[in-house]
Amino acid sequence: MHRRSWLILASLALAPATSGAAPRPLIAAAASLQPALEEAAALITAETGIAPRFAYGASGNLARQIAQGAPFEMLLAADEISIQKLAEAGQSRDAGHVFALGRLALFAVRGSVLNPAGGLEALRLLLAAGRVQRFAIANPEIAPYGRAAQEALRRLNLWEALRPRLVFGENIAQAAQFAMMEGATGGLIALSLALSPALKARGDFSLVPEALHEPLRHRLALTKRASEAALRVQAWLLSSQAAAVFARHGLQNR
Amino acid sequence: MDWPALRLSLWLGLSTVVILLPFALWLGRHLALRRFAGRGMIEAAVALPLVLPPTVLGFYLLTAFGAGTWLGGAFQAIFGRTLAFSFEGLLLASAIANIPFAVQPIQNAFAAIPPNLREAGATSGMTPWAVFRRIELPLAWPGIATAIVLTFAHTLGEFGVVLMVGGAIPGETRTAAIAIYDRVQAFDDAAAASMSALLLVICLVALLLVQRLTRGIGCRRHG
Repeated sequence: MHRRSWLILASLALAPATSGAAPRPLIAAAASLQPALEEAAALITAETGIAPRFAYGASGNLARQIAQGAPFEMLLAADEISIQKLAEAGQSRDAGHVFALGRLALFAVRGSVLNPAGGLEALRLLLAAGRVQRFAIANPEIAPYGRAAQEALRRLNLWEALRPRLVFGENIAQAAQFAMMEGATGGLIALSLALSPALKARGDFSLVPEALHEPLRHRLALTKRASEAALRVQAWLLSSQAAAVFARHGLQNR
Repeated sequence: MDWPALRLSLWLGLSTVVILLPFALWLGRHLALRRFAGRGMIEAAVALPLVLPPTVLGFYLLTAFGAGTWLGGAFQAIFGRTLAFSFEGLLLASAIANIPFAVQPIQNAFAAIPPNLREAGATSGMTPWAVFRRIELPLAWPGIATAIVLTFAHTLGEFGVVLMVGGAIPGETRTAAIAIYDRVQAFDDAAAASMSALLLVICLVALLLVQRLTRGIGCRRHG
């Protein structure tokens, strides 16, 4: 009896490994990439038979996790520094590749006092009138879009005045979620998230001029643990087909 | 060392104790001394925060804090700012998350008081308030003190709910636990280490205190 239940348990434990034919490389990706990668994943599977599994977070967090031994085979970062850190820690295979360019968007839910069409100058006016409640950005220390938001606000001399009103998302997706809450005035988020159906349904956005922050160059790299399957996923992500998917989600080609 | 974060955590712990204690005293005593329909249901609800993922509580609170709800709307109408991402919102979240830590020790303490003591007080002409103040409170005191210490220490340790509803605002919702997380993510291990060590010591001292207090209950029962 005991032996039989052990056998059942053992077969259950082994089942996924033996029955799942498709290799499933584990890939870490910036939270801003989720809508684009969900679309890409279906195409990757259809074309290569590989079904990558994605874990999302702030690029800085993910780099840190990989440095601590997290079993990711690739990192798609929303910046270049995270990949650089990975390379310096000897955790990446090479210096990686730039695969897209991100844009910052000023977002506000409908019904907010902030009309994104007025740009950051509209925010300045509301701030002067004391009408800004809460304004969301991502944590500038670990999230590339948070860093870009901080740079833009500093360049426009809005940072100090806005600081008491800022809420910080742990990654850009949480910042978007905070910006989307009723009662929040708005936020600076990734264009790739502002274009997602959930946010489009609830609010409006305008683009923040690129000159206001360092370019949001997105770099990806394979880690030391990368499998053959991960290598093929990387090749797909650097193809023109991938560029078309990224472009649809507001991520310009490099 | 992020002193503002630590100060905020200590202040949040203290405030949670202050607003939760009267409610916990009332509910704990009620659950210990009264038999009524639905008592089991309430006891289970009190224990819920112990087993629920903090994300479940965080999700409901986020939903409830929005300006479109009666709670969020009323707060905004009165104070002119949002309940979400405010110290008050965090305090409310913390009070809810700490209900079992405050109510259960108090309930146990009141349940351990021999009924004949309270009856003796009543038959000797004491008012119910006098019985509560002069017989029940002194006997239940170790349980009440345990509730205070546990609530305080557990508030310092609260992380998941704060991460979801706080927004990491320095001085307002960025608690010590969140600050440690941020330091770790920013590769600043030195700062994370010193803050972690300090929280470790505070919580250890708190638990030692609880141990001494609960030992007090045992002594009293035997003596």
